[in-house]
Amino acid sequence: MRINCPFCGQRVVEEYVYLGDAKLTRRPEGGSDHDHVYLRDNPTGRHRELWRHEGGCGAWLVVERDVTSHRIFSVMLADRGQNAN
Amino acid sequence: MQIDRLSSGGLIDRSSPLGFDFDGVRYEGFAGDTLASALIANGVRLMGRSFKYHRPRGPLSAGPEEPNALMTLGAGAKSDPNVRATTQELFDGLEARSQNHLGGLRRDLLAVNDVFHRFLGAGFYYKTFMWPSAFWERIYEPLIRRAAGLGALSGEPDPDEYEHAHLHCDILIIGAGPAGLMAALTAGRSGARVALADEDFRLGGRLNAESHQVGGGGAADWAAAAAAELATLLNVTLLPRTTVFGVYDGGIYGALERLADHIAAPAAGAPRQRLWKVVAKRAILAAGAIERPIAFENNDRPGIMLAGAARTWINRYAALPGRRAVVFTCNDDGWRTARDLQTAGAEVTLVDSRAGQAKAEGFRTIPGGALVDTGGRRRVSHVSIRHADGTVDRVAADMIAVSGGWSPTLHLTCHLGGRPIWDETLAAFIPGPNPPPGLSVAGAARGVCSTAACLKDGAQKAVAALGDIGVTAPPAGAPAAEDGPVSIAPFWFVEGAKRAWIDLQNDVTLKDLQLAHQEGFRSVEHMKRYTTLGMATDQGKTANVIAIAAIAALTGRSVEETGTTSFRPPYTPVPIAAFAGRHRGGEFRPTRLTPSHDWAAAQGTDFVEAGLWMRAQWFRRDGEAGWRDSVDREVKTTRSAAGIVDVTTLGKIDVKGPDAGAFLDRLYQNSFSTLAIGRCRYGLMLREDGIVFDDGTAARLGAEHFLVTTTTAKAVEVMRHMEFCRQCLWPELDVSLVSVTEQWAQYAATGPRARDLLRKIVDAEHDLGDAAFPYMACAAVSVCGGVPARLFRLSFSGELGYEIAIPARYGHDLVDVLVRAGAEWGAAPYGVEALGVMRVEKGHPAGSELDGRTTAADLGMARLGAKKATGFIGREMARREGLTRPDRETMVGLRPVDPQAKLSSGAHFIEIGAEPTLANDLGWMASAVWSPELESYIGLGFVRGGGQRMGDRIRAWDGIRGADIVVEIVSPHFVDPEGERLRG
Repeated sequence: MRINCPFCGQRVVEEYVYLGDAKLTRRPEGGSDHDHVYLRDNPTGRHRELWRHEGGCGAWLVVERDVTSHRIFSVMLADRGQNAN
Repeated sequence: MQIDRLSSGGLIDRSSPLGFDFDGVRYEGFAGDTLASALIANGVRLMGRSFKYHRPRGPLSAGPEEPNALMTLGAGAKSDPNVRATTQELFDGLEARSQNHLGGLRRDLLAVNDVFHRFLGAGFYYKTFMWPSAFWERIYEPLIRRAAGLGALSGEPDPDEYEHAHLHCDILIIGAGPAGLMAALTAGRSGARVALADEDFRLGGRLNAESHQVGGGGAADWAAAAAAELATLLNVTLLPRTTVFGVYDGGIYGALERLADHIAAPAAGAPRQRLWKVVAKRAILAAGAIERPIAFENNDRPGIMLAGAARTWINRYAALPGRRAVVFTCNDDGWRTARDLQTAGAEVTLVDSRAGQAKAEGFRTIPGGALVDTGGRRRVSHVSIRHADGTVDRVAADMIAVSGGWSPTLHLTCHLGGRPIWDETLAAFIPGPNPPPGLSVAGAARGVCSTAACLKDGAQKAVAALGDIGVTAPPAGAPAAEDGPVSIAPFWFVEGAKRAWIDLQNDVTLKDLQLAHQEGFRSVEHMKRYTTLGMATDQGKTANVIAIAAIAALTGRSVEETGTTSFRPPYTPVPIAAFAGRHRGGEFRPTRLTPSHDWAAAQGTDFVEAGLWMRAQWFRRDGEAGWRDSVDREVKTTRSAAGIVDVTTLGKIDVKGPDAGAFLDRLYQNSFSTLAIGRCRYGLMLREDGIVFDDGTAARLGAEHFLVTTTTAKAVEVMRHMEFCRQCLWPELDVSLVSVTEQWAQYAATGPRARDLLRKIVDAEHDLGDAAFPYMACAAVSVCGGVPARLFRLSFSGELGYEIAIPARYGHDLVDVLVRAGAEWGAAPYGVEALGVMRVEKGHPAGSELDGRTTAADLGMARLGAKKATGFIGREMARREGLTRPDRETMVGLRPVDPQAKLSSGAHFIEIGAEPTLANDLGWMASAVWSPELESYIGLGFVRGGGQRMGDRIRAWDGIRGADIVVEIVSPHFVDPEGERLRG
C-alpha cells in the first residue's frame, strides 16, 4: 500500500505507523472518558484512520481508506483535519 | 551420449558443451539447455519419485508449472532443494540430485507405499494415526516425514547473499511472450518508462517453443529481434530470469530475480537473488497459459508429458522426447504436437477424444478414443487405447503427449481478491471482472489463443495503459502469424479411471476425490484440504481446473456451479532468504551505538542490547571472577568516590515555542510552565487511560525552550505521542518538537567527588558551588577550554551528581577526559547493571516498575502535581475506581530476613503459612539486586495495600526457580532516604 503524504508524496506503507480510528483526534473538552479511550468503530469499508509518516516528515495524517480494498480516498494533515471537523 | 538430441535445430549453442552431474552420473548438454532438457537429450526420463507413493516420475511440463522433476542442486550449505529441473538453466559443473527416495532413484525401497496405496488414500493420516495419541510425536510423525516429502534443507546457514531493490516505472509488463513483447515494443517506443519481466532466461515465451512462422520467419527469430530492439531502448528495463510473484496494494509488484543461479562460479559477495519491489503506474499481465493434462489410469509414468511440453523439447531444445509417441488430446492444439513429433522423426499415433476428428495427416489417428491404461516401470512402455466402438488395443509407446486444453495464467489477477470466471467456449477460467487496480491482462492470459491475436492484443493493451497515464502512442505493427480458431471439447478424465493422477506433486488421484465425495465432502475448499489437492509447492498449476471439473462431475453440477479457484502470492516459491535480504544475523535490525562505544569496547566492556542501542553493561577489571565482582566494585567506587556512566541513549526532545510550557503541562502529570529558567524537574507522563507511560526530566533552558528526556526504551513512542498531542489534539498551541537524541552525547558523573571532578573539566568561569548551581540546576557551559556543553545537576544514583551533554562528535573524547580527571580519586566508569543497582537502592522506578499496569499512586507519586490547575493526559481516567482502590498493589521495598537469600524478580508474594495459590497472591517482585551498600539482597515489588504494611513479613515465592524467602516490607528508599547526599 502507498499513502500520498501531503508533504512527501506517494510513499510506501513501511514508512508509516498506524494508530487507528481518527475519532481519537476529538478528545473530549473536559478530559478523556471511557468511550474516548476504549470504544472504536471498526467498519468494513470506508474508514477514517490516523497514520503518521514517521519514516519521513513526521506528520500525523487522517487517511480515509476502504479497509477491505485498501483504496485510499483522501489524505489530510491531522491538524487541518481537526479544523475541518 | 546425447542419444535423444536432434541433429539440428533448437535454441541451443552446440559450440558450448556443458558438463553436469545427475545422481553422480556425468552428462553433457549445451548452453541454452535447462537441466531437464539436457537430461531428456541424454535419454533420461526418470527424474524423481512421487510425494506419497514413491512412483517413478519424469517431467510433465517444460516450465515453472512442473510438478514432478524437482531436484536438489549443489551440496552442503549450498544445497538448494525442490528446484524445478524444467526451469533450471544448465551451467558447466552443475550437480543435481534426485529427491524423496530410500536407496537409489531407480530402486526406491519406499516404492512399497505404492503397493499399499489402498490404505494410503485421502485422509489416511487422520484415519490411521488416530491412537494412541502418545505415538503421534515420537513415532507417527517422524515416520511420515521420512516416508513422504520433497527435498530436505541442508540445516546449515545459507551462505549466499540476497538483496532488495526498488524499481519505479510507468508500465510493468509481466511475461515476454507474443503479447508481452508487443506490449513492450508499443510502450517502449512511446518513451514511457517500461519494465519487462519474464521468468525465463530467454525472452519469447511460447514463440521459442513453436515451429510456426511469425512475420515470415521463425517465431523465435522474431522474438529475438524484438528483444534486441528493446535492449537498445534506454527507457526499457529488461528483467529476464525475474518472476513477478505477487501483486500488492497501490500498484506494487513483488518480483524475484535470479542473478547467479545459472552461473557456475558466481563472484564472491555478489547477490544470488534480488527481491524487487516494483512500483508501476500500470501493469500488463501477459503471462500466457498453462496446459493441463487429462486424467487417465496410470497417467503419471515417466515419458507422459503435456503436448505443449513435447513441442518445447523438440523446437526449443532439439531433444526428442520419444520415438514411438501417442498423443492424447481433446483439442486442435494436440495435433500440432503430433505434427512436430512426426517432423522430428517419431512414429505417432494420435488419439482425439472428439469423434469425427480424423483428418489425414500422415499419422495414425483414433477419433473418439481414450487412453485407459499405461504400462512400464521407469518409463512408459505401452498404452491401452479404447476406440470409439469400445474395443481396447494395446500399443507400444515410449512417450505420451497429453493435451486437455490451456488454462490462462491468471494467478496475479486474483491476488487482491479477484475471482476468475468460467468460459464455456475456451473450457477455461479467464480473469474475472475485478483484477487489481491498474492491471490489465493481455494475450493467452485472458484467453486469447492464436499467436496473431496475442500479438495484436499485447499492442492494444499497451496503447490503453499508456492512454491511462496520458501518453498517446500508436500500437506496434503486428507481424503476420498463425491465427487458428480455438477448437476444444472439454474432456477432463477418462470414464472408469481410478488411479488417475490429478495433482502429481501431492499424489492426489481421481479415486481420492471420489473417496472424499463418498465421505461427504462437497465444497471445493473442503475437498482440497481433505485430499491436499493443489497444496504442494506447485500450488496445483496443472491440477486445479481438472479437479474442479471432476468434482463437478461427481456432484452432478456444472463447473461454474462447483466453484472457482483462487490464487495467493507467491506465484512460484520464493526463498525466505530473499524476503530477508540483508536483514539477517547482526543486520537483522539496525544497531545504534553511542559516540563513546569504541572507547567502552576498548575498556573490556560487555555490552547489552537496550532496544536498538548497545549499552555498556559493566567494565571488567583484572582479577574479577564474575560480573557481580565488577558491578559491586563499580557501585562502591561511585558511592565512595565517583563514577561515570554513558546516558546518551535516553531520549532527548527539544520543545520550543511560546506555548512550550503550556504544552508540557497538558502532557505531564506535573507542571512545567512554573519551572524557573535554569532549573530541571522530574516529570511523570501518563497514558490516556491513566496508567504510567514514561518518566524523565525536563530542563528549562530558556523562556520558550525546554529539553525533556525519556527512558531509552520509550523514546520513539514518547516522541510519537508528543507529536500526536501537538498535531492532533492541540494544534492551536504554538510549539514545535524535535528529537535531539543523536545530536548530544551525555554522561553522568556522580559520587562524593563529582563536583571536584567536574571542576577540572568545566571552564573556570562557571561556578559549580552548591549555591550557584544547586541540585536540579541546569546551564549552558563550556568545557575543556571552550567546547559548548550543557550541564544538569541530576542524580539517578542518589549521590551528588551531574549530567553533562556535549555535541555528539565530542562524546568519545569527553568520556576519556572525565575518567582521566577522576583517576586521582579512583573514579571509574560504570555500566547499566551498576546503574540499576543504585536506582533500586534509591527506590527509583524503572522499566520493570513502569510495566504498563501501574498508576502514579502505585508508584507512590499520587501527589506529584496535585496542586496543578490545568488538565493533563490521563488525569480523568486515572481517577477510575479500579485504579484508586486502596488495596491495589503498591510499590514497596523488600529485604530478606537472611541478607544472603537471593531474591528474584518475578517472585510472587504470599503470607507466611499460606498456600502459593492465585487466590493468595499478594503481588510480585519487580526488581531484585545485591546491594553492596546494605550488604544484602534487596528488591522493589508491588504488594497489595503495601503502604500500610511497613515492617510486615511475607514470603517471596518463586515457583520457577524454587525459591521461598521470608522478606520484610520496608520503604523503597534503602539508601539515604532524606536525599542529603545528592543535595550535598
